[in-house]
Amino acid sequence: MATHNTELVRAGLKRRYRQERWFRGLGLAAILTALAMLLTLFVTIFSNGVSAFVTTELVLDVPVTAAEVDPQGTRDPAVLSAANYRKLVSDAMSALFPEVTDRRERRVLMGIVSDGAAYRLRAQVMADPSLIGQTVRLNVPVSSDYDMLAKGLVDRDSLEGDRRLADNQITYFLSLEERGLITKTFNSGLFTEGDSRQPELAGIWGGVVGSVYVLLVTLALSFPIGVATAIYLEEYAPRNWFTDLIEVNINNLAAVPSIVFGLLGLAVFLNVFGMPRSAPVVGGLVLTLMTLPTIIIASRAALTSVPPSIREAALGVGASKMQMVTHHVLPLAMPGMLTGTIIGMAQALGETAPLLMIGMVAFIADIPSGPMAPATVLPVQIFLWSDSPERAFVERTSAAIIVLLAFLVLMNAGAVLLRKKFERKW
Amino acid sequence: MNSLLLVLAVLALSSFAYAAGTRRSMRAVGGKLQTLHSLPGYYGLYVALWCGLPALFLMVAWVIFEPSVVHSLVLASLPPSALLDAAGTPLPPERVRLLMTDIANIASGNISSSTDPLIAQAGAYQASLQSTGRAIMIALTLALAVAGSAWGLKAIAPRMRARNTVEKVVKVFMIACSTVAILTTIGIVLSLVFESFRFFQQVSPIDFLFGLKWSPQVAMRADQVGSSGAFGAVPLFVGTALISAIAMVVAVPIGLMSAIYMSEYAAPGFRAWAKPALEVLAGIPTVVYGFFAALTVAPAIRRWGESIGLDVSSESALAAGLVMGIMIIPFVSSLSDDVITAVPQSMREGSYGLGATKSETIRRVIFPAALPGIVGGILLAVSRAIGETMIVVMAAGLAANLTANPFEAVTTVTVQIVTLLVGDQEFDSPKTLAAFALGLVLFFVTLILNIIALHVVRKYREQYD
Repeated sequence: MATHNTELVRAGLKRRYRQERWFRGLGLAAILTALAMLLTLFVTIFSNGVSAFVTTELVLDVPVTAAEVDPQGTRDPAVLSAANYRKLVSDAMSALFPEVTDRRERRVLMGIVSDGAAYRLRAQVMADPSLIGQTVRLNVPVSSDYDMLAKGLVDRDSLEGDRRLADNQITYFLSLEERGLITKTFNSGLFTEGDSRQPELAGIWGGVVGSVYVLLVTLALSFPIGVATAIYLEEYAPRNWFTDLIEVNINNLAAVPSIVFGLLGLAVFLNVFGMPRSAPVVGGLVLTLMTLPTIIIASRAALTSVPPSIREAALGVGASKMQMVTHHVLPLAMPGMLTGTIIGMAQALGETAPLLMIGMVAFIADIPSGPMAPATVLPVQIFLWSDSPERAFVERTSAAIIVLLAFLVLMNAGAVLLRKKFERKW
Repeated sequence: MNSLLLVLAVLALSSFAYAAGTRRSMRAVGGKLQTLHSLPGYYGLYVALWCGLPALFLMVAWVIFEPSVVHSLVLASLPPSALLDAAGTPLPPERVRLLMTDIANIASGNISSSTDPLIAQAGAYQASLQSTGRAIMIALTLALAVAGSAWGLKAIAPRMRARNTVEKVVKVFMIACSTVAILTTIGIVLSLVFESFRFFQQVSPIDFLFGLKWSPQVAMRADQVGSSGAFGAVPLFVGTALISAIAMVVAVPIGLMSAIYMSEYAAPGFRAWAKPALEVLAGIPTVVYGFFAALTVAPAIRRWGESIGLDVSSESALAAGLVMGIMIIPFVSSLSDDVITAVPQSMREGSYGLGATKSETIRRVIFPAALPGIVGGILLAVSRAIGETMIVVMAAGLAANLTANPFEAVTTVTVQIVTLLVGDQEFDSPKTLAAFALGLVLFFVTLILNIIALHVVRKYREQYD
């Protein structure tokens, strides 16, 4: 009988081992699929975004004539500011192609340089009025369509109707390229400018500053409130219905969709309290409510990991309960609390939906001047740009995502380092 | 900015008060600290609290109540004729609000739509009220800070229990902080219920919950054609369910199998880098996923569909659901990982002892034992998928199609909330209020899913404790 059973088992063994290998392979395949998707995402974003860190510029000799800029010779900043620099740039462009006389063709030439050229010239002349009367050699940004052309992102051999640039426009640009007047430089404007409708002039600095204000408000509110709540619940709270109510609420808030916080902000902060729309203060308030559960849960975990013997020792030498907490438990739990806070801040930095609800989605070209000024944040900037049809904005969006991801990596790396450095096993 | 300066001034005064309190307590016992009830620092804190707290409370109350007081004063100052229209009947409330906005614009020096001298005068009056109000607030706050510190300093005596008072204040602060979570929930429920109630006064809840047509356009004029507004939310619920279902079809098998491999098979070296790599997926902002879905995945699916002769919409539910599924993988896998590792080792060993292979043990012993926890985790993931906003806003469509075909464009509850509220709308039209009704449904559905999930998970955990 026994031999019979063993043979039965043997007979099935091959099939069972094959199942075992299949199952194992399936598990590995699942992980690899997930990682492959992660990789695809990163590769797509990086391959689209890297080119935005370089910009195409045209070297242009602009004669800054006194007759055009400052006819009276007063050097009054108001006069200098109001002068028609666009015309100077346009004249300089025509000088590059003396054979072009047709008005329509001249307008095409002017279309090669971005509107930013006139701003750049004005800034230079305003900073140094002695340039008036001289010829200024200026690097001016080219329009985004030509920028795409120079970066090879436009197929020059495609049908004329399929691309945004006509054949003659490409010919002019190629002639400039042949003369060596086209240069590629690091795109510093991407990091120093605010938003713009023209892709070549749009930058992320406005969004970055807005994000910083929002995060400062969030941090200033959520860290003290979160830590105080955690201390109260872990060290003081008696077990009663009120404490249970708080716990249930915290757990539920952790799972409420973020957009609901946006609705709360709109209904309460904007409509009831009459706070300004698009202001980082309101964004910070909404994100505070959203990140509080994260911080509270992490802080409570940090507090429970402090062994009770430390509390007993402090109480034993005569410390009051508050002294026991502030002098002994809190310093030991602080690294864990800070880790949780950084993770909460990283969440807040990437959050978009609730901020759309409170009007941070408006087009704002200025760099926000303070927490009450209208602002946008980096993720919302990404959302806004991703809606724009121009090819150049795809590049900018990807570049903004790279910057956002870089910030997130920095924050999470900080959290990991903090945990590694201060983690204690009791 | 002005208020910020004032807060800083009060804080500076408080730190002076702290130093003064510390010094005075030491002087009160002539340097013999053992006769003092509390440590000197507590006396300092006591005085600082007396200096700062009343002053800041006053300031906050002033900032909150000043606008409404100014508003009613300015309204009262207007001659009665200003509140009547040409026919002599009183102005409707929205016209009065417009008038007051004009006055406020003049008061703050902005461009106003009105050139009426009466309004200019009222504007000047409001501006003067505001500036005197501000001056009084600054003076009162600072005076209260000084008076408070004097009061606190006077109370210092060797037997005074400063530490107990300070600790009580800190404890009250902590209790106040922990009620923020409750207040937030109350705020969410009240604001959603209140605005939804206004919506349901105009649209019947039955039509909203069971109507099959969603077209939230409301006629601006009575004679306008074709935009009477239909608020049947069923297409949105179906769209949300479709996209969430696609997401779960992607996330559950991949997440679950990853968790099983990670906890049962993977060598520690592989686990050490693969687990954090998977968690990176959870840390990527949803706006990035949305961009990825709209830019890469949706066109790829469209091309693939065309190559096999299918008509795929460029905003197909499949693209949004697929990318949402990728986002949720780490969520499912880390929750399943937790419950799988929580299954006691003795159960595995018992199964191995009977001669089962590893995969048999997992399928026949561990998986059934971990099932309730896994189901709880999946329910949490579903609630996450339903509430996800940015991916669907960027990759799903706006057309409210009632369909179960994943290649067509559908719209979701969150997409409609965003579309209805982003932009300039008057705040009492059913169009904007509908967003709050949708938010209410969203809130309650996710809440119920979470409660069930937490209940299931908790019940399961108790089995092995």
